[in-house]
Amino acid sequence: MPSHTSRRGLLFGAAALSTGALITGCTSNESKDDDSDDKSQQVADDKPGKKVTIGFAGPQADHGWLNAINDNAKKRAEKYSDVTLEATEGSNDTAAQIGQVETLINKKVDVLVVLPADGKALTQVGLKAMKAGIPVVNLDRVFASPQAYRCWIGGDNYGMGLSAGHYIGEKLKDKKNARVVELAGLDNLELTKQRSKGFDDALKNYPNIKKVARQAADFTVESGQSKMSQLLQAQKNFDALWNHDDDQGVGALRAIKQAGRDDFLMVGGAGALSAMQAIEADNSVLKATVLYPPTMAASAIDLARALGQGKGINGMAEFEIPSFVTCYSAVVDKENVGQYMSTGFK
Amino acid sequence: MTQPAPAAEAATRKSTPADGGSPWRTAVARADVRTLSLLGVLAALIVIGGITQPDSFLDSDNVQLILTQASVIGVVTVGMTFVIISGGIDLSVGAIVALASVWATTVATQEYGFAGILFTAVIVGMGCGLVNGLLIAYGAIVPFIATLAMLAAGRGLALQITDGKTQMVTVDGVLKLGERDSYILGIPPLVLVFAAVTVAGWLILNRTTFGRRSVAVGGNAEAARLAGIDVRRQRLYLYLLSGLCCGIAAFLLIILSGSGQNTNGNLYELDAIAAVIIGGTLLSGGRGTITGSVLGVLIFTTIQNIFALNNLETATQQIAKGAIIVAAVLVQRRSATTT
Repeated sequence: MPSHTSRRGLLFGAAALSTGALITGCTSNESKDDDSDDKSQQVADDKPGKKVTIGFAGPQADHGWLNAINDNAKKRAEKYSDVTLEATEGSNDTAAQIGQVETLINKKVDVLVVLPADGKALTQVGLKAMKAGIPVVNLDRVFASPQAYRCWIGGDNYGMGLSAGHYIGEKLKDKKNARVVELAGLDNLELTKQRSKGFDDALKNYPNIKKVARQAADFTVESGQSKMSQLLQAQKNFDALWNHDDDQGVGALRAIKQAGRDDFLMVGGAGALSAMQAIEADNSVLKATVLYPPTMAASAIDLARALGQGKGINGMAEFEIPSFVTCYSAVVDKENVGQYMSTGFK
Repeated sequence: MTQPAPAAEAATRKSTPADGGSPWRTAVARADVRTLSLLGVLAALIVIGGITQPDSFLDSDNVQLILTQASVIGVVTVGMTFVIISGGIDLSVGAIVALASVWATTVATQEYGFAGILFTAVIVGMGCGLVNGLLIAYGAIVPFIATLAMLAAGRGLALQITDGKTQMVTVDGVLKLGERDSYILGIPPLVLVFAAVTVAGWLILNRTTFGRRSVAVGGNAEAARLAGIDVRRQRLYLYLLSGLCCGIAAFLLIILSGSGQNTNGNLYELDAIAAVIIGGTLLSGGRGTITGSVLGVLIFTTIQNIFALNNLETATQQIAKGAIIVAAVLVQRRSATTT
């Protein structure tokens, strides 16, 4: 992926690193970018244009990644002089969030960006906004009906597992009877199953590798420490560990240190700053992390602005912004950590 | 008020159904049967663990691990035992652990090093306990509601302090305590603290006036009041004690995880209450033992360890855990009533 980012046609200028990577990634098979110059369509760029008021209903920031989502959205909106952001207090309460979105509809914002606490439960209010003529950018947790949003942008949980599996697979492909362990996230969540499915599917390409254990933690430092210390006790030797989430990874790394183990490589998930720093320092078992980029919130603001101004996206032949954008789950390791460090969240 | 207080207290404490013979002996025998049946459950689990994973379950690392993991929730459970014996309940323990741990790991606190972190954790825990106690004892709010309010407020405050971020501990002295070099005679310091709290709890409950008064308040608050016990002050002290235990537990959790997070202590209230009930303490108060509660905690931790060693799925773990709770209570009730 890094090789694509130098292409021209970055979404909204060089600052849009992640977005650029995302869009170019999508379009790399049809790159006839020369004719984009004389297109009659209007494409979004950094220059101030029509004023747009974006309503943002984000999550309650009770987890590092969710906090980063709110930060990214707010910082991105500040960058544009033509954008006014009406952000509600983050909430993980469905009823409260429905009320917040309705308030934003009544305020007649031009575009809505919603990361729902529960995609299915927020579908009705999404439909309501669309009927009121306010296009909705649905962020990450998807609404039940495509009629409830104009555009969806979010992460790829299955792809996260796939990337982690392939990275570990390549590292261990020459090792006979390699053993892999998985520390999953909260098993009550569908996304956890998707991450595990992607991981298992990727490992199928490497017949020498066997997954010997899988335990689920709760996305918290405490659960990560507790489950990992038990996994280490259960598995006296293995070659690689995939941990779904960098927050619980703080606990997992602590357990690994307490057990005095360093005989395997660890791959994290999500892209926390502490994980990236550890990867850069290269002084622990943590060698890589798979992104679930919180920069998608910044991209959602970009898309909402383009929607509000009636513009398309540079580098794409389409006159309109896409209806569905899935972010790529890139692997960050020592080689490219410098490039991604700024996206790391606390 | 005409009765001498100690006699009334003793009477409340030893009140057992008069089914012939010495009531005191019956009570002792019953308590022993309870403890024995719990030890039996634990022994059965150890056999299961030993059979399913002979290499990893019985080695000393794993025993250390089980005891270490029991420590944090164990300390909370000792405090909870007192509260439940007195006829109360504390739903806020998990939230207090979270609040104490994030407050104690804020950057400002870490400048004062080890002592600063320990002091803050204990003070915050006791502060929350004090508020609970005042609301319940002097505000006449039922414990369920008062501590439910503390649960919500404590979690909210913990979230506000951290802003959802994980607060890493940078004080070496604290981090070292969780690592292998600081084991004393092969025992992790966390386990020593847990043992000390257990012994202290046992002594306070069984050998002090404070302990007798706690039981008396739970058995019959009106009788206790007539016997000259300041019931309200006693209740205040009990929630303060629970808060203190939460503060200590928060410090242990900081050592264990090397960080403070607003999600710390998640569902501790349920785990602690379950351990206390399995341990034979009456939810309605008036009777209970520290030994039982601690055995309850060890049973839970051992179950979780066996699950993880055998690589059971989360769903299977939850179903099995539920079944074992019911089985443990049934076995215990059966053995207690047949004497």
